[in-house]
Amino acid sequence: MNIDSIQNGVVLDHIKAGKSMDIYKYLKLDELDCSVAIIKNVRSGRMGKKDIIKIDSPMEVDLDVLGYIDPHITVNIIRDGVRMDKKHLALPQRLVNVIRCKNPRCITVSEPQLDAIFDLNELYGQPVYRCAYCETEEQRKA
Amino acid sequence: MRHLIDITDLSVEEVNELIATAEDIMDHPEKYAQACRGRQLATLFFEPSTRTRLSFESAMLALGGTTLGFSDANSSSTSKGETVGDTIHTVSCYADIIAMRHPKEGAPFAASLRSEAPIINAGDGGHNHPTQTLTDLVTIHREKGRLNNFTIGFCGDLKFGRTVHSLVNALSRYDNIRYVLISPEELKLPRYVKETSLKSKGIDYTQTTDLESVMPELDVLYMTRVQKERFFNEEDYLRLKDSYILSLEKLASAKSDLTIMHPLPRVNEIPVAVDDDPRACYWKQVKNGKFARMALILKLLNIKV
Repeated sequence: MNIDSIQNGVVLDHIKAGKSMDIYKYLKLDELDCSVAIIKNVRSGRMGKKDIIKIDSPMEVDLDVLGYIDPHITVNIIRDGVRMDKKHLALPQRLVNVIRCKNPRCITVSEPQLDAIFDLNELYGQPVYRCAYCETEEQRKA
Repeated sequence: MRHLIDITDLSVEEVNELIATAEDIMDHPEKYAQACRGRQLATLFFEPSTRTRLSFESAMLALGGTTLGFSDANSSSTSKGETVGDTIHTVSCYADIIAMRHPKEGAPFAASLRSEAPIINAGDGGHNHPTQTLTDLVTIHREKGRLNNFTIGFCGDLKFGRTVHSLVNALSRYDNIRYVLISPEELKLPRYVKETSLKSKGIDYTQTTDLESVMPELDVLYMTRVQKERFFNEEDYLRLKDSYILSLEKLASAKSDLTIMHPLPRVNEIPVAVDDDPRACYWKQVKNGKFARMALILKLLNIKV
């Protein structure tokens, strides 16, 4: 399958296979006017299979959202058909309005206009996001 | 500007300094009688309380300050749908410092984001209650003369008991304390509290459902009430509410210098007959709460005496 290379835009590479639609949703790519290609299950030497998203327009990518979904994604910025920058991600220390607290007793549930703030902590030897208000751990889908 | 949302907002040195101030106030109350003259404390209680609200008000009055506020959310604009942030922003235009209790977890943190005055968390749902923790630390220090080298048992509702969560967290910063967690299976200390306060610091603890078997080991026994308001299901509450009743018979095997504590209010878990036992310290705890809050108000208002 051939997908044209882009001239000016962003290529999100090394997406865990099957996660590209999550990214499409979180980055609200459906709101863009330009061409967006989602390429699933691309063969990868390192990952076995991976997804790639090509966005045919310059845009500011929310690196916090991407880092939260998958810190192994690489972000390639393309100008005039040439890769100008390659960004590696990390889990952000703080997430603001990316996820919402599921604790029914949390103030952010009864007052949804509050910013949903989650901070990165280490729990059980794993990185875990906890609500800055009520400290409830994020319930992430596998 | 400093707020007190969680007990760990204060360093160990600051907690020790507050305990020292509280004990100095107990010994020399006249020194502090005008320390907050001209200052106003707002007590905003969106959830019922007797002890905590009156303790704050009594503390401010004893410092020569004045108080304003409400003790029922229905008498505030909350009943018209006003957000916590807007209520707090409004009140912080009038008061120098605010103590708030709210049924929703994290409400004081939300308030701190909008307030122009220091916020004191006076209890947020089943989450935290840092001024009760200060009270508890003052009481343990007063009774034991130290905040290290003892075994403490927490008994009852350790799942929703916010005073327990805060106290475990606060004590975990002191040396050589052993924790015995006594509760029904359904009301065990939440995993995140055990992980963040104990396991990650390599602190030893044991869990049991049997109070009597561990009674002889304890230097401090912290009893709690099973809180009806924390249950979604009344059947569960009725089944668990009388899980632990501290009778004089059960105390027969306890150490002679055991310190029995309870954040109060109690229901059935400590019979009135235990009040006369010299090991019962929960009424002293009530008294200490006023002095702990006086020390805290002075600190957050940055008043030196």
